[in-house]
Amino acid sequence: MTALPTKKLEAWRYTDLRPLSGISFVAPPVGAAPALPDLGLPRLVFLNGVFNAALSSPFAFARGFAPVAEDSALPLAQINAEQAHDGATLHVPAGVDAGTVLLISHATGDVPFAFHLRHRITLGEGARLTVLEIAKGEGIYWHNPVTDITLAANAALTHIRVQEESRAAYSLATIRASVAASASYEHFTATIGGQLSRTEIHAALTGPGALAHLNAAQLLNGTQHGDFTTVVAHKAPGCASRQTVKSVLADTARGVFQGRIEVARGAQQTDGFQLSQALLLSPGAEMDTKPELEIFADDVKCSHGATVGALDEEQLFYLRSRGIPEAQARAMLIRAFLEAALEPVTQKEARTLLEAAINNWWVQP
Amino acid sequence: MLEIKNLHARIGEKEILRGVNLTVPDGEIHAIMGPNGAGKSTLSYVLSGRDGYEVTEGEVIYNGQNILDLPPEDRAAAGIFLAFQYPVELPGVGNANFLRTALNAVRRKRGQEELDAVAFLKLARAAVKSLHMKEDFLKRNVNVGFSGGEKKRNEMLQMALLKPGLAILDETDSGLDIDALKIVAEGVNALRAPDFSALVITHYQRLLDHIVPDVVHVLAAGRIVRSGPKELALELEARGYAGLEAA
Repeated sequence: MTALPTKKLEAWRYTDLRPLSGISFVAPPVGAAPALPDLGLPRLVFLNGVFNAALSSPFAFARGFAPVAEDSALPLAQINAEQAHDGATLHVPAGVDAGTVLLISHATGDVPFAFHLRHRITLGEGARLTVLEIAKGEGIYWHNPVTDITLAANAALTHIRVQEESRAAYSLATIRASVAASASYEHFTATIGGQLSRTEIHAALTGPGALAHLNAAQLLNGTQHGDFTTVVAHKAPGCASRQTVKSVLADTARGVFQGRIEVARGAQQTDGFQLSQALLLSPGAEMDTKPELEIFADDVKCSHGATVGALDEEQLFYLRSRGIPEAQARAMLIRAFLEAALEPVTQKEARTLLEAAINNWWVQP
Repeated sequence: MLEIKNLHARIGEKEILRGVNLTVPDGEIHAIMGPNGAGKSTLSYVLSGRDGYEVTEGEVIYNGQNILDLPPEDRAAAGIFLAFQYPVELPGVGNANFLRTALNAVRRKRGQEELDAVAFLKLARAAVKSLHMKEDFLKRNVNVGFSGGEKKRNEMLQMALLKPGLAILDETDSGLDIDALKIVAEGVNALRAPDFSALVITHYQRLLDHIVPDVVHVLAAGRIVRSGPKELALELEARGYAGLEAA
């Protein structure tokens, strides 16, 4: 197996995978059928990394899995390529609005195991799709999915992920998106579960007017570590990218945001913006933010901002003075803090799911 | 009825209130005037339960209950409302959601039924209208981008909905033009009732032209140094606060 990346690599400076290398992961056991949310949407269900037809419902745009061949500079994608033997393959033909599909991964086992799903999403010209991804599980496992996305001109993909993995899990997701002219990739990840997790997105804007929004909310407590890393490559003129990352960190949790924007020579009128804001709920919590701008064009608008703060005592008192109990007042302010990242998520079922996941987070010990 | 007895309070090592005695019977409106630094805002914060103020002596009895041990939210439920001098902005919190959450929290504690979204909106829209506010007030984030006058109107809207037994107005008139001042006065006057009382804290007399007090108190150096009928406010306006501390 290809070696895991180490902290010597700049891209892995803040996320240490040594705890992972100390565990010997076995092949996944047969998964048990969990209780699944019924959102009335077509769904593809994977149990311990294997497609389960009985729990899934038909989706006209799903195809069979094809073996992976790749030579990647990304160690985790390379490991995935060596190990993957299942995953969702979605293909929406030109001009078709395929609606919303649920992609569910559920993992559970008694001994540590690893699984490496390889998803592929291809949208033809002007096609539309919303993928709502849910990852849950119990016990110790390593989930190492790779999602490859290809969007033809004018296509629009909304990709919403709710990462509620087991609190003992390692979840390392790699997403690569190629976005053609006037196409849009709208991404949102809610990082809630996992002992150690990372979402790494590489978005290439290859045609004029392409757009990528890579937003995230990280809600972490205990000793959790969550990492949201994005690399946006502006390769054509007139493209726009946005990252809004909101992290709420309690206890000794640690959040990471690394955002890289690369503007190629000739990618004029690029509009790139990234914002990382962290709310630290206790003195032991930590946020690391690393923006990187690499610009080879001269007519571009690129900026980034980062803030770290605590709950505002004056706001808290204002709410309490109106009769709102302290715990509820805190929850309201935390929810308000997340609003800017959540705002672009307008799909009804996704919204419901996210609100529920966020609400559950408050009541966790 | 509000009874403040020998109230001493400090921030850190600094004693701000040095034995305040004050009784506001039900149905009355009392004004507290005084120079800057007299302890006016401290008094309003101590009454509403803000952290950071240490009460070292004395008690505050509201309707027979010592409220000093209650958290702010329980004081609100008991009927105490503080209109802020500088209302706080809450980005990301919608005004309607805020108002409904507050109203239902208070109703729950008062043993009243909570209002559903429809019933609440009906009530809130009526209150917005009677305060001459625009309908979109409810849709905006709490106080975000509001003018000074709009913020104070929003305080009055909250007061109208929460229906307090005791309203404390902490220099609500500061920075207001005459129209906004009248709105605030109307907000308070509309609540006048045998079971409603108010403490109007102000530096200037002009608010008291519109909210006519039953009694005027002068707070100076952490004590009430004079009390009298509404004409006292005019006298203070004419002569200033100089010399009062010795009285």
